[in-house]
Amino acid sequence: MQSQLPLYPESASNFAPDVDGLMLFIVSVCIFFAVAITIAVIYFFFRYKRKAPDEIGAPIHGDLRLEITWIVLPFFLLMAMFGWGAVIYVDYRHTPSDTLDVYVIGKQWMWKLEQPNGRREINELHVPVNRNVRLILASEDVIHDFSVPAFRVKMDVIPGHYNNMWFRPTKAGRYHFFCSQYCGTSHAIMGGWVIVMEQDEYAAWLAGASNSGDPVEVGAKLYNDLACSTCHEPNGKGRGPSYNGVYGSKVKLADGSTVTADDAYIRESILQPNAKIVAGYQPVMPSFQGLVSEDQILALTAYIKAQKDQPVPGKPAAGEPATGKK
Amino acid sequence: MDGTPNQAAGEHKLPAEHYLNATYGIRSWLLTTDHKRIALLYLASVTFFFFVGGIFATLIRIHLLTPSGLLVTPETYNKLFTMHGVAMIFFFLIPSIPAVLGNFLIPIMIGAKDLAFPKINLLSWYIYIIGGCFVLYSFCTGGLDTGWTFYTPLSSIYSNSAVTPAVIGIFINGFSSILTGLNFLVTVHTMRAPGMTWFRLPLFVWSHYATSLIMILGTPVIAITLLLAGLERMFHFGFFNPAYGGDPILFQHLFWFYSHPAVYIMILPAMGVVSEIIPTFVRKPIFGYSFIAASSIGIAVIGFIVWAHHMFVTGEATYAAIAFSFLSYLVAIPSAVKVFNWTSTLYKGSVSWETPMLYALGFIGLFTIGGLTGLFLACLGLDIHLHDTYFVIAHFHYIMVGGAVMGYVGGLHFWWPKITGRLYPEYLARAAAIILFVGFNLTFFPQFILGGLGMPRRYHNYPPEFQVLNVMSTAGASILALGYLLPMVYLTWSMRYGKIAGPNPWPSTGLEWKTASPPLTENFHETPVVDWEPYDFVHRPDLGLSGAKAPGKLAPAHGDD
Repeated sequence: MQSQLPLYPESASNFAPDVDGLMLFIVSVCIFFAVAITIAVIYFFFRYKRKAPDEIGAPIHGDLRLEITWIVLPFFLLMAMFGWGAVIYVDYRHTPSDTLDVYVIGKQWMWKLEQPNGRREINELHVPVNRNVRLILASEDVIHDFSVPAFRVKMDVIPGHYNNMWFRPTKAGRYHFFCSQYCGTSHAIMGGWVIVMEQDEYAAWLAGASNSGDPVEVGAKLYNDLACSTCHEPNGKGRGPSYNGVYGSKVKLADGSTVTADDAYIRESILQPNAKIVAGYQPVMPSFQGLVSEDQILALTAYIKAQKDQPVPGKPAAGEPATGKK
Repeated sequence: MDGTPNQAAGEHKLPAEHYLNATYGIRSWLLTTDHKRIALLYLASVTFFFFVGGIFATLIRIHLLTPSGLLVTPETYNKLFTMHGVAMIFFFLIPSIPAVLGNFLIPIMIGAKDLAFPKINLLSWYIYIIGGCFVLYSFCTGGLDTGWTFYTPLSSIYSNSAVTPAVIGIFINGFSSILTGLNFLVTVHTMRAPGMTWFRLPLFVWSHYATSLIMILGTPVIAITLLLAGLERMFHFGFFNPAYGGDPILFQHLFWFYSHPAVYIMILPAMGVVSEIIPTFVRKPIFGYSFIAASSIGIAVIGFIVWAHHMFVTGEATYAAIAFSFLSYLVAIPSAVKVFNWTSTLYKGSVSWETPMLYALGFIGLFTIGGLTGLFLACLGLDIHLHDTYFVIAHFHYIMVGGAVMGYVGGLHFWWPKITGRLYPEYLARAAAIILFVGFNLTFFPQFILGGLGMPRRYHNYPPEFQVLNVMSTAGASILALGYLLPMVYLTWSMRYGKIAGPNPWPSTGLEWKTASPPLTENFHETPVVDWEPYDFVHRPDLGLSGAKAPGKLAPAHGDD
């Protein structure tokens, strides 16, 4: 699979052909200019070699037409590179809606990954071929970066932030992934393999032995253990809003604005409860910063997600449901 | 001219009195306010740091000979590349050309006796030394393993190395840059000799003017940023660590707001050197003087608004990324303008193959590759693949080593006769220039391919398929090391034994060549009057070249006075 002297990485995702096409364009333009300048320098170097020790050169001071040419012409080439690159980037940063979501947690110096059904992996990521995959990235300590050269994508994993990246693997196989943001002593061994499987193989693998509980069950246990349940009663009568039907809905806030209850909102509401107060509730929830791990936040999120089809308490169907915080 | 007897006989003599023999003793050096002596103090100290950084680089390359790492533990490896970066960037590259060559030459080039603030100039050097001592203390007591970028929260919380003294050292050193920049700006504004209009300034002075702008506007930001990181580390103030309510991305914005312009602090002076060398060795005016001068200022200004191109994969807003990518492409244009103008200057010249010219042409080639590969990284679609790989390392070293260091070493060779009054062995010097060029390319070109393959930077080990390219790179580095050791040896040798150079050995047109070599402490016996255009070989019968016409047919002086 690997030659002694590889020159370009394998191409195994939807982004790889795009990136490689753009790479070819920029490489061609650059080689053209580098060769042109090198040939000019070498040619002048020999052609105009000094013949007599007291010889001087022709007193040429410049040429406005040439200056304009080599300002304007490169400008258009640069804008082509810029535009083409921006198109790919916008595509990369705009995650499609039908993704298979895998949660990824970076910590010094390992990767913990969690499949949609709760199956855990360490330093390995199994994904099905030809399926849009979204990685939701969180860090427990310093900044890491999840990088898959064969897919031509990477994204920083930043403490206190959720970042998303997505790709669609196009070829089954095993591909390196690396931590590419320097993160301390064992940064270089903080990597592993992305294993792209045929869809039926992936389904079989996913159904196989799961080495940890279903995240919804773990989340349900945390919901009781952390005493979320004392305020966030399902019937909506507690001091905090019920979880039923919250995930993915538009939540009305005390300041009159609305926000979509996505993963990042739920995370923020656990760690900084007073950042966004749901309309009709008091800012009484304490922060769970430092009390819950990134894993536990993911489990709680999974639990809240699981309540999204539960009946919304209290209010009849008309208008905005009373949704909100934990 | 001043104090230089006509040497029709061909044999030169050192002037009876010059800045090196004006006074003697250690005090006369440590308390000097002569810009030329301060330049030599800087020369010794930046050479020391170059040597320190070079040893770290050598160990890094030896270690990377095998996939599992040959030499040191991961922890030590991380310290090596961090200390390599800190020593080279903050204590060699940033001060190298401005504080050594700029310090020595700017007053002479504009016909002044010294910089505007000679005592502040000496103070700059002492601040540099104090900052350097803090950093060396950090290197010796636990080292530094954060990467030269000091990204938080790794640097402010998690690192167990001696971050605090290093951060203090760089903070202190910043003031040295600021004071040097201020000194240059005031000197250029107020101390030009009669007739030295803005558009008769050597391009070396223009590029240092642009550099000084960046130094005084940018350096305070890095100083404050590192201070904040230090405060977070020492007192757990929450600026950058999310656990204390901070944001690590804020650090990156602040850091790159300085550190991107800082690469222009490093490369602009080298561009100035090249703009001096090329006209001298082709004996014709530089092509497009005003375009080269304006592009220096253009780079300095646009360079301040491109910083977040270092952050395309941090999850920054898509619109912000698009804006920063666009601006990064714009800054490529003034750089390209310079390259095209230098190349055109060769056309119909009288090209000599002497050592400084070899460095200047090497600079053009390497800077072109470095600049063009910057187009890959400014490109949003490619940066998601190439960011934080060896491609970045190769690009950066093509600009910084292929560009800035080639310019510095070339400039040292060009002005060495002026600084010491003596010539180095020419053929040995040409051989060294070629060895450097070959060694450099063999070291860093394979790293572009490694980066394209996805090998991340700052890895103490790597998958086996990357080994061949790494071995090539290490082989190149050993040639490169030889290329640096040779000039160290023969330049040192020539200080005592080199052939006496005379005031204007090449000859060249600048004011610095109209005074003795080495110059007087006061530079000139009487204030010179400039009545010729820059890089004009035609109206300069005093240079003793053929085809010269009498002076007096001056083109109308453009620019103010």
